[in-house]
Amino acid sequence: MPGTDKETDLSERMEAFLAELKRSGSGTGPLRGSGETARETVALLRRITAQARWSNAGKNGGQLASYCLQVMFMVLMWRFGALRAGELMEIIRKEGRRMTAAQPSETTVGNMVRRVLKIIREEYARSRGSSEEADQQESLHKLLTAGGLSEDNFRQYFPPLKANVIEAINELLIELDGTTDNIAMQALEHIHSNEVIMTIGRSRTVETFLKAAHTRKFHVIVAECAPFCQGHEMATSLSEANIETTVIPDAAIFAVMSRVNKVIIGTQTVLANGGLRAVNGTHTLALAAKHHSTPLIVCAPMFKLSPQFPNEEDTFHKFVSPQEVLPFTEGEILSEVNVHCPVFDYVPPELITLFISNIGGNAPSYIYRLMSELYHPEDHEL
Amino acid sequence: VELSKEEKQRLRKEKKQQKRSKKDDKGQPESEKDKKNKKPMSPSVAQVTTQVQPAETQKGNWMPPVNEAPASTDRPTKSKAELRAERRARQEADRANKQVKKGESTTQPSAGKTKAPPSELQPVVKRLPEHIQADDPAGVKKLVKKLEEQQILVRQDYGYKVSLFSHLHQYSRKAPLTQQMSIPSTVIHPSIVRLGLQYSQGIVAGSNARSIALLHAFKQVIRDYSTPPNEELSRDLVNKLEPYISFLNQCRPLSASMGNAIKYIKKEISNIPSQCKEEEAITKLQTCIESYIMKINLAAKAISKFAIEKISIDDVILVYGCSSLVNHILYDAFKKKRKFRVVVVDSQPRLEGREALRRLVKMGINCTYVLISAISYILPEVSKVFLGAHALLANGYVMSRVGTSQIALVAKAYNVPVLVCCETYKFCERVQTDSFVSNELDDPDELIVTRNGKTHLEDWQSLRMLGLLNLVYDVTPPDFVDLVITELGMIPCTSVPVVLRVKNVDQ
Repeated sequence: MPGTDKETDLSERMEAFLAELKRSGSGTGPLRGSGETARETVALLRRITAQARWSNAGKNGGQLASYCLQVMFMVLMWRFGALRAGELMEIIRKEGRRMTAAQPSETTVGNMVRRVLKIIREEYARSRGSSEEADQQESLHKLLTAGGLSEDNFRQYFPPLKANVIEAINELLIELDGTTDNIAMQALEHIHSNEVIMTIGRSRTVETFLKAAHTRKFHVIVAECAPFCQGHEMATSLSEANIETTVIPDAAIFAVMSRVNKVIIGTQTVLANGGLRAVNGTHTLALAAKHHSTPLIVCAPMFKLSPQFPNEEDTFHKFVSPQEVLPFTEGEILSEVNVHCPVFDYVPPELITLFISNIGGNAPSYIYRLMSELYHPEDHEL
Repeated sequence: VELSKEEKQRLRKEKKQQKRSKKDDKGQPESEKDKKNKKPMSPSVAQVTTQVQPAETQKGNWMPPVNEAPASTDRPTKSKAELRAERRARQEADRANKQVKKGESTTQPSAGKTKAPPSELQPVVKRLPEHIQADDPAGVKKLVKKLEEQQILVRQDYGYKVSLFSHLHQYSRKAPLTQQMSIPSTVIHPSIVRLGLQYSQGIVAGSNARSIALLHAFKQVIRDYSTPPNEELSRDLVNKLEPYISFLNQCRPLSASMGNAIKYIKKEISNIPSQCKEEEAITKLQTCIESYIMKINLAAKAISKFAIEKISIDDVILVYGCSSLVNHILYDAFKKKRKFRVVVVDSQPRLEGREALRRLVKMGINCTYVLISAISYILPEVSKVFLGAHALLANGYVMSRVGTSQIALVAKAYNVPVLVCCETYKFCERVQTDSFVSNELDDPDELIVTRNGKTHLEDWQSLRMLGLLNLVYDVTPPDFVDLVITELGMIPCTSVPVVLRVKNVDQ
C-alpha cells in the first residue's frame, strides 16, 4: 500500500518520541530542553495532520485504543477521503493525552497539543466566516442562547482547512524556533552594567539571555543546584563567553543575596495562576530575593505556559532516584532512612516580579489573560 | 558531679574574691574584659596601629573573634595603647628590680579598682582582626613579620578569590601547613602540630569539638612546661602560647568559642601568684582547664533538659548538618521515650548531615534525609526546627554553618518555629550584619563534583572569569529565630548582650 511507509515511519517516530519522553523524565536519558520537546511535538502533530485524510462518512475511528491501530485507521481514512475538523481534533486530543501520560511533568507536550487545537478551531472559524472573538469568549449571553454545543460547529467540511491548519502550524514552528532569540533581544533592556545577577541551575533561555548582554560588564552568581549540579555547566558556559561568574553551593544562597541586584531564573512550567514549577531550590531563592527586596525575573517562552493549577498534590511533584542524594555507598543505614529527591519546586506568584517571554514583559497577574489568548477553555482538559 | 545553680554562683563569687585579692598584689590589667580595674583615660586612636611593636602584637593575635564591646555598654575602658604603654613600663621596671616584686603599677589600676562611674563611655579603639585583612598589604606584611619572628610558616592563598571576598584568606586543603615544616619542630609543641593538622584537614570539626580539643592540647602543653630560669611562670607561659595560637590560626582561623577558651586560659595563667611553686601552678592550671571542659559538658546537659520540654509527642524535628549539641538533645529526648522523628537536611560540599544521620540512625531514631534544595518540599511536614550555632553575636545575629539562615528563612515562611541551641561560652562581643565582612573561605576545589563521568568544573582555574566560592559560615538575622536555648534558660535572640554582661560581672 502506498501510504504504509509514511504511516509506519510516522508511527516509529511517534514511538521513539514517547520513549524518549519517558526516559528523559527520569534523568537517565539525554536531557531535553523544553524548546526541543515543543518543536518535536509540533512537528509530529503537523505530520499527523498532513497524513490524516479527510472523510465524508462518519467513521468509527474513535474506538481505536493504541497508535498501531491508529495507523490502520489513517490508512482507512485515506481510502475514504477527508476527515472533518472535529474528528481531527479528536485524534490530536487523543494523541496528546497519550503523550502527556508518558511524561506528566513535561507540560510542553500538552501545551503544544492545545495550541494546535486552538489553531484548528481558529482556522475552522475563519473558514466559516464568523469572527473569532465571538466564538471564543464564553459570554453569559452565549451560554444562555447558543446552548454551547460546540461539537456541532465542527461538523462542516472545508477543503482548504487542512492546508490552512498546516500553514498555521508551520508558523507556530517558526515562532518556536525564534523564542530564545526573542527573549535574548530584550536582555539589554533589563541588565545594566556593574550588576550582580543571580541564577540557579541551568536554563538555556537564561544562558542566551545573559550572553546577549555580554557587552555590558556584569557579574553572575550561579547556585549549583544539587544534586544534579547543572549550575556547573551554566557557569563554565557563561565564563567562556567572557562573563564573570561565580559558583556557589545552594546553602550559600541567602548568605550572598544581600549583594545581588537581580535574580534571573528560568522555569520548567508557568502555571495558570502565575506561579512556577521550577527546579528545586528556586523557592528558597525566591524567598531570599523577597526578603532583600530584589526583583525576581523569570525568562519563560510562551510555550511553557500551562493551564494547570498547582493544587493537584499528587501530580505536582516528580521524584527521581534517591541515589543522587544518598548514594548506595552509604551502606547499612540506607534501609532505615527515608530519602527524598524531588525535582521541582512551587514558587507562588507573589514572589515573582516579572515574566520575560518572547512577546515581551508581563506581570504575573497578567498570565491569565495570555492563557486565554493561547488556549481555548475547552482544551484545558485534554 | 553536677553543680546546682547556687553552687555555681558561689564558685563564681569565690573566684571573684580570689581575683580581687590577686589584683591587690599585682594589679596587672591584662585583659580588656576586666572592667572593674580600669580607670577611664583619654584614648589615643592614632597610636594604636602604628606604635605597635612586634612583641606586643602577639597579644592581640587570638583576639580576632572577640572584640571590645561598643560604647553602648556601660563599662569604662582603657584604650589599648595606654594599656600597652603601661605594660611596657611595668616590664621595664620589673626587669630593673628583678628580685623585688614591687607592684609598680598599683598606683594606676588600684586607684581605679572600684567600679568607675558607668557614665564614662570611652570610644573603644579596636584593632581589626588580621584574618579579615587579607587585602590590605600593610596588614599582610605585619602578619608575615610577626609569624617570622615566631618562626611559623605563612600559609599561601590558593586559587582565584571572588572579589567580594578579597579581604579573606582562602587556603587549599591539599597543602597543609605542616608539609613545609621540619619535624620535629623546636618552636611548636607536637600536640599543637597534630591539632593544627587535624583542624586544617577537617578531622576535628565543629565548634565544641575544636574547643575541647584545643583545651586538651593546652593541658598537654602546660604539663610539659617548665619555667626557664629568671622567668616568671605567669608571663613566660603566656608568651609561650602565643606562637601556638598563631600557628593554629594559620591552620584554620580560630572560632569564637576557641577565642573565649583561650582568653580564659590566659587569664588563669596570669592570675597565678608569683610566689606559687611551679608544680602547684601547673596542677592548678590543669584543674582550671578541666573545670572549663566540664562546664561545657554540663552546659550541654542543662540545655538538653530545657530543650526536651520543647519536644512533644509525634513531633517532626528538622536539623541541619551535624551539631553535637542538637544530636545530644535528640539522643536524650529519645532515651526519655519521646516519640518523634527527625528530618536531617544536608548540603554540599561538606555533607556533614550524613554523619548526623549515621549517629541518629544508630540510636534508633526514625530519620528522613534530604538536601537543602528540597526544604520547600519537606517543610510542610515539619513541626520544629532545631539549629546549632557556632557563635551568637552581640547584636542578636546567629553565626552558624552556611545554609542555616536559609533554613530559618524558609521555616519562617512556612510558620515553623526555629530554636537555636547554644552554650553561653560561645557568645561573643562581635557584631556583624552580613556574611561577608568576617567569614571563612574553604578550599574551592571541594565544589567540584563528578556526575555521570563528567566533571564540568575540573579546569576552573584555567577559565579566567570563573570563580568558586566555598563559604563556611553565615549569619542569621534575629527575626528568623524564635528562641535560643542556653544553659541559663531560654532567651530571645536579642538578650545576648545581657547574658554577656552578666557573665562578665560574675567574672
